[in-house]
Amino acid sequence: MTRRSSFAAGARDTLPMVIGAAPFGVIFGTLVAAGPLAAWQGQLMSLSVFAGSSQFIALGLVAGHAGLAVIWLTTLIVNLRHALYAATLLPHVAHLPARWRWTLGFFLTDETFAVMAGYYARHPRAPLGHWYFLGSCLSMYANWQFWTLVGLLFGAAFPQLQSLGLDFAMVATFIAIVVPQLASLPNFAAAAAAGAVAYLGQDVPYKLGLMAAVVAGVAVGMALQRWRSGGLEAGRREEEAA
Amino acid sequence: MTGTVLTNTVMILGMAAVTVFVKAALFVLGDRVVFPPLLKQALGFVPVTVLTAIIVPMILSPNGEGLELTWRNPQLVGALAAVLACVATGKQLLTIAVALGVFFAWQLGVLA
Repeated sequence: MTRRSSFAAGARDTLPMVIGAAPFGVIFGTLVAAGPLAAWQGQLMSLSVFAGSSQFIALGLVAGHAGLAVIWLTTLIVNLRHALYAATLLPHVAHLPARWRWTLGFFLTDETFAVMAGYYARHPRAPLGHWYFLGSCLSMYANWQFWTLVGLLFGAAFPQLQSLGLDFAMVATFIAIVVPQLASLPNFAAAAAAGAVAYLGQDVPYKLGLMAAVVAGVAVGMALQRWRSGGLEAGRREEEAA
Repeated sequence: MTGTVLTNTVMILGMAAVTVFVKAALFVLGDRVVFPPLLKQALGFVPVTVLTAIIVPMILSPNGEGLELTWRNPQLVGALAAVLACVATGKQLLTIAVALGVFFAWQLGVLA
């Protein structure tokens, strides 16, 4: 595995996510073109913020004449889940030089987190994992810039884009990443709890339903893990007594 | 630049600063962050919970209009195919291919 092949593998494994994100890039560009922001500002937002949900929400807030503080606070809350991703991936990047950690942090997205969670589950100690990480990041970034631009320029030509269901590519990939990890009971129960809460809380604003789902899932998973390890310890004590 | 253009540019750059902070702060701190064992254990559950939480609403109510627990929901049919393919083969790329194949066949063939 060379740097280049690791980078290419990261980009390749992110391909379904790239397809899934494309229509949202076009839709974002289209909405900018139809709204109060200048076209170059829409591209600037994709280049500098690079976080889809918060970009869409910001457009809505600008149209509703929200103040700067409201928009920034909303951005913080909507993007808070990335801190959770960073915390989860930190053990795999903590050893890298600072410029790498800034770069990978800036480019972190839901999609790249999913790809990296799957990758590190399969290769916990890959020495060139950061090149794979970068490959995933840059393919998502280039894709988002390109489709934002297409939306800005030609958005009106794609009225029915959302009904194509291209975002299902993301669902399929997430399933392929999650299902192999469900063999353990605590993981399975954690996923079930998170899915149930996410379903019930899907209309809660600012992605707080998602955060609640993660908290619920983690709590259920940890409770089960403790209960099981408690059971094992009790079993060991019985063996020792016998 | 007019006042609104300037304000909106400041708005965008502020959003970028907030987002970079949320995404990169922990990475930048690096080895200086030490998580207690309980938190480490909790973070181990983040991938399965957050990925499941993102897709379950997309599968069960793809149009954001309530539960669509029916064979006429291509997201649901495609997702079930993905789970079956993944359990049966354990191969990631094959799972994605089967899921997309079933999803588009369902959307374009069965339901059209």
